[in-house]
Amino acid sequence: MANSESNGHELLLQVRDLKKHFPIRGGLFKRVVGSVKAVDGISFDVRDGETLGLVGESGCGKTTAGRTILRLYDPTSGTVRFNDPDLGWVNLESMTRKELLPVRKNMQIIFQDPFSSLNPRMTVKRIIAEPLIVVEGGSADSHEDRVAELLRMVGMRPEYMSRYPHAFSGGQRQRLGIARALALNPKLVICDEPVSALDVSIQAQVLNLLEDLQSQLGLTYLFVAHDLSVVEHITDRVAVMYVGKIVELASTEELYYHPKHPYTEALMAAVPKPDPRRRDRPIRLPGEVASPSNPPSGCYFHPRCRYAKDVCKAEAPVFEEVEPNHWCACHFARELSLRGIVV
Amino acid sequence: MANQKASGQPPVLSISNLKTYFYTDLGVSRALNGVSFDVPYGKVMGLVGESGCGKSVTSLSIMRLVPKPGKIVSGQIIFNRCERVDGTFKVVESVNMTELDPLGPKVRSIRGRHMSMIFQEPMTSLNPSYTVGNQVAETIILHQKVSREEAMDRAIQIIARVGLPNPDQMIRRYPHELSGGMRQRAMVALALSCRPTVLFADEPTTALDVTTEAQILDLMRELQAEMGMTIVFITHNLGVVAQMCDSVGIMYLGRIVEMADVDSIFYNPKHPYTAALLRSIPHVGSRTKARLSPIRGVVPDPYSSISGCPFHPRCDSYIKGVCEAAVPAETDLGGGHTVRCFLYSDKGEVEDNGQQ
Repeated sequence: MANSESNGHELLLQVRDLKKHFPIRGGLFKRVVGSVKAVDGISFDVRDGETLGLVGESGCGKTTAGRTILRLYDPTSGTVRFNDPDLGWVNLESMTRKELLPVRKNMQIIFQDPFSSLNPRMTVKRIIAEPLIVVEGGSADSHEDRVAELLRMVGMRPEYMSRYPHAFSGGQRQRLGIARALALNPKLVICDEPVSALDVSIQAQVLNLLEDLQSQLGLTYLFVAHDLSVVEHITDRVAVMYVGKIVELASTEELYYHPKHPYTEALMAAVPKPDPRRRDRPIRLPGEVASPSNPPSGCYFHPRCRYAKDVCKAEAPVFEEVEPNHWCACHFARELSLRGIVV
Repeated sequence: MANQKASGQPPVLSISNLKTYFYTDLGVSRALNGVSFDVPYGKVMGLVGESGCGKSVTSLSIMRLVPKPGKIVSGQIIFNRCERVDGTFKVVESVNMTELDPLGPKVRSIRGRHMSMIFQEPMTSLNPSYTVGNQVAETIILHQKVSREEAMDRAIQIIARVGLPNPDQMIRRYPHELSGGMRQRAMVALALSCRPTVLFADEPTTALDVTTEAQILDLMRELQAEMGMTIVFITHNLGVVAQMCDSVGIMYLGRIVEMADVDSIFYNPKHPYTAALLRSIPHVGSRTKARLSPIRGVVPDPYSSISGCPFHPRCDSYIKGVCEAAVPAETDLGGGHTVRCFLYSDKGEVEDNGQQ
């Protein structure tokens, strides 16, 4: 699977057949009796400077994918190649902790929950200086100027640096999390549901901030989220995951308006549109998301798919480029004519 | 208060000047600071707002479930219990909920029977140590004079109606054996087991995935049409509001700042907060990458006391010397559209400083 078609864009990250299986232990001696295939062979590229969305329903493996790429989890198999600005192309999956340290400078993460991701016993100065201390040494005080600069960058007053996280609202805490992620001047930032815990009026502030920082600092985002309206707004390309696999990957516009996978079509139909004059009740997906520990045969989506035929039960479809820059894993991707977000 | 007078029918719920305060060590939090609205029969009314605006406290106050140290300090909640007689609805009883003992037999005969509630997180609202069938049958036995066997039969019927597979076996399952969507269906079955007049749905789909959310919303719509229920739908998701509600009340810091039919809220919003809220969300399928217009500042903390209109520090239409001087009174714009804003009326209200 080589979707390394870069169209003149420099690539920043290459993920190939990445798998992360978590063992299920049971019985008398806690033997491995099965595994949860949270990420089950995903391949995609991230281009320098773009925002790639990773969407799907809970349990589809999108968060695990993000964390495995960062080596917060060790992958079961597959490769993750990162184009480090200092070291060139490196293979993250085989590096030791020590080797990873200089690479991690360039790969950071923003977490979903701004309450549990900031240590309540540390001052803001210490929290934001932490990555600087780990990589460059020194103390929180010696990095004070950089912390002040970072706070200004995320729209907060530098005087706040001596306060503790509890003194801030959810939106402000998320800004602190962003400042910490940017402390080492990274290339790639994995945003794991960065706005889903925030109130609607605050979401817009944080989304605008992320967009501003991207253009100022030339950041690349891997944007993991389930809210399809937020994803449409902020991403350039989107990958849709279902039970540990990517089922479709295309430019945001293409994916939202001309989807090729029946699951994408159903997702688009399910989004409640904020318009009382468009109360269509289109396709509904029956049933539930399959279990990643015991997925169905063939195409994982076939029990819920209204276009499924016999071949879908028997054979798993290949994830391939069905149109230029439009990747899809469906036996009938070239034949089906599916509805996008606009009816 | 001034809405829905035209229909001629008394509203199923009539709330006037409801104030619910929480007396904590940090001070008095005025969770509801004079909320008034009517809910007409057989309609879906949305209560929309950001966290801390008082939308959940409104439903808890109506059901008399406000937890300590909260207290209803003033106001009136009239519940017109109705029944279907020969195809038309008739008021059989009018109860002033505020006068009832929150632990007394009267209120307990209403809760679960005539008013019931679906919560956001089905795992914490279902009892993990009883089977689904037991929990649904318990409500039926409590409110209707039927035998255990008959209650179980009815439980099977309602469980089948909400679309849970194999209802005969489903009644023997425990909540942990069900997925999130199935648990929420079980919660709907529990809430509807006695065919209530009013159903409060407090963020019923917030914890669910989009495809499951769509299934539950469809189910609620079907059951509402079938049973002629009135639903008070509490949510912060404007997409869900647009798809589900007939009328909408927009709440901000313990007050309803605008109330209208759903089309007016989305196409002709009057209050600057409503308009700003609609501008701040990304509209899916809009094909534009235009920058979002956030509302500046943050929702103030509930203990703070803001003089005048609570929204004035964040408002783009703020009029100096007016907005901070008094709380704007409710202005009727006609057609059931009411708004609290000095752009539409000069009338203010005397402020209540929370002293009791």
